[in-house]
Amino acid sequence: MAVITYRDALNQALREEMRRDPDIFLMGEEVGAYQGAYKVSRGLLEEFGEWRVRDMPIAELGFTGLGVGAAMVGLRPIVEYMTWSFALLAIDGIVNSAAKMRYMSGSQFKMPITFRGPSGAANQLAATHSQALDSWYAHVPGLKVVAPATARDAKGLLKSAIRDDDPVVFLEGELLYGSKDDVPEDEDFTLPLGVSEIKRPGRDVTVVVHSRPLHSALAAADTLEREDGISVEVIDPRTLRPMDIDTVLDSVRKTNRCVIVEEGWPVCGIGAQIVDDIQREAFDYLDAPIARVTGADAPHPYAANLEQLHFPQADLIVKAIRQVCYRD
Amino acid sequence: MATKITQSDELLGLDRGALIEMLRWMVLGRRFEERAGEMYQVGEIGGFCHLYIGQEAVAVGALTPLRGDDYVITAYRDHVHGLVRGMDPGAIMAELFGRVDGSSKGKGGSMHLFDAATNFMGGHAIVGGHLPIAVGIGYAIRYRDTDQVCVCFLGDSVANIGAFNEALNMAALFRLPVIFIIENNQYGMGTAVHRAAAIENLADRACAYSGMQGWTIDGMEVLEVRRTVEMAVERARTHKLPSLIEAKTYRFVGHSMSDPNYGHYRTKEEVHQFKAHDDPIKGYIETLRAHGMIKESELSDIEAEVKKIVDDSVEFAKRSPVPQADDLYDDIYSGEYPDAKRRDPWR
Ligand SMILES: Cc1ncc(C[n+]2csc(CCOP(=O)(O)OP(=O)(O)O)c2C)c(N)n1
Ligand SMILES: [Mg+2]
Repeated sequence: MAVITYRDALNQALREEMRRDPDIFLMGEEVGAYQGAYKVSRGLLEEFGEWRVRDMPIAELGFTGLGVGAAMVGLRPIVEYMTWSFALLAIDGIVNSAAKMRYMSGSQFKMPITFRGPSGAANQLAATHSQALDSWYAHVPGLKVVAPATARDAKGLLKSAIRDDDPVVFLEGELLYGSKDDVPEDEDFTLPLGVSEIKRPGRDVTVVVHSRPLHSALAAADTLEREDGISVEVIDPRTLRPMDIDTVLDSVRKTNRCVIVEEGWPVCGIGAQIVDDIQREAFDYLDAPIARVTGADAPHPYAANLEQLHFPQADLIVKAIRQVCYRD
Repeated sequence: MATKITQSDELLGLDRGALIEMLRWMVLGRRFEERAGEMYQVGEIGGFCHLYIGQEAVAVGALTPLRGDDYVITAYRDHVHGLVRGMDPGAIMAELFGRVDGSSKGKGGSMHLFDAATNFMGGHAIVGGHLPIAVGIGYAIRYRDTDQVCVCFLGDSVANIGAFNEALNMAALFRLPVIFIIENNQYGMGTAVHRAAAIENLADRACAYSGMQGWTIDGMEVLEVRRTVEMAVERARTHKLPSLIEAKTYRFVGHSMSDPNYGHYRTKEEVHQFKAHDDPIKGYIETLRAHGMIKESELSDIEAEVKKIVDDSVEFAKRSPVPQADDLYDDIYSGEYPDAKRRDPWR
């Protein structure tokens, strides 16, 4: 184990997997000579050369399709988007081509491709550069969607995503790259896709949260423990599709209360789906309506004070938990 | 690109006032951006902030021959285009500060400047996204049968994105009065043009669209830019034909305030070389001097006048309040949006 950043954990995952399998290659804008817009691919061009670490023109639709084609004939591409907001230009390649290739070909072609890059708001990047479109991808059958919140999860899950034979959308947190965590150095370390983790055990209320808001939820849990004596169980599904909902249901059957937190917009969000799963399978266990805390239902403003307000901050999560515990 | 002294017949028949006016805009652009950089360093400005330093000849040469009712659209490196188009410098600075008196009430920021009053159509931060929008503006001009034109600035890297072909094809197909100006500053972020485009001169791509004329010009020469744009404007206004101009220029600063000026992708020496020998403002001043078109006192007058404008813009921005919490939900739809609050009892 070593304490390293989320960025370096991703770098290790890429490096180890590329050493292990010569069919794996990385492409994207500024991934090579520039060492990555966020330095995730630092040193990879030097080690693997330009056919395996390819700088691409700004042509998201084009290089996504290139990845799909290469995957159809047996390579294992990793496509980096400078941010997921720019992958909107590539959505045809991801949704129409990658997600459906196996189905449309009756499993004649598999699609071992990983799409990855930073997602969500950073510091005042405004409306076009801050979006958390997690639920868009989670909507699509054929895609797997992963969103790690810690360095350890980032490494273990990226390695599994790369090894997976299906297309994986891998959402990194733009403001998580510098965050640190204990990460196994063992190159056989992986974490399975589709498995939730209880990040903090508790008795009174279940909070389901993924990606950067996990850290807000953990902070909220501390506050509530201290100030209200409320014991909060925090669950990170980590994979949004296919989601390990059983861990969530087990927790709700125990705590009887639930708050779901996400960075994205509320309408048709990830939390809306979790609410449905809970009401269908654990309705009788609920002692209060489920609450959701999401990004504000507005585009992302530039002004710093409004941007702060847009994010599901810890104080909002505290309010929601107090309400479902009838403590407000 | 060596600095060239423009011959006297190449002053485009402009009178001294017009020539000096162009210098004034270039100096204002330079000083405004320098101050924006300082304000970023002290934390008044956040997010991505892309400065235009080194490229002033392109915006000034291209925008000064336009009419007030023409349309202008550009990418995220947009402060100087907005200024030269006639936007209020205070409204731009306040926008960069994220204040309510900013051009977009603090909601858009540096990359998203808009000004309906001057037909400045943005300020677009997704590479290539605004090219089809320019085509739509051109379509509306033909639709209404006016003789306006639309000038669309784009970076060199945009020549490689799908929207480039889609937009230029439609502009030529429907004979739209759109002038595409590639500001080839030799890099898209850290990628040199030749590492991204399979062509030497990007404007040569015009030959793929019938009726479209391509020019590759020295974008450090404000008069050369102006002359070329004047020709393109004539083609657009009179003959409804689109053009593709590639102005070769250079950015003296990093891609944005958060990127290094040199490093993996270009050398310190290269940047120094351009700053020392190919500065568009110095070059233009030499031209004006060589033709006896400027007095030394006028240079200091311009600097003083510009300094005051920039100082005032910062003062204005500082005095302007930050937005109110409720402003978060304004400007989303033409009407009220009560749902936002209904689903969100926590904020
Ligand atoms: C579709 C898309 N992909 C990537 C980006 C990130 N990005 C912003 S600017 C830029 C480089 C653009 O270079 P160029 O077009 O030459 O313009 P310049 O910055 O040199 O003015 C990149 C990659 C983006 N904004 N949009
Ligand atoms: Mg460029």
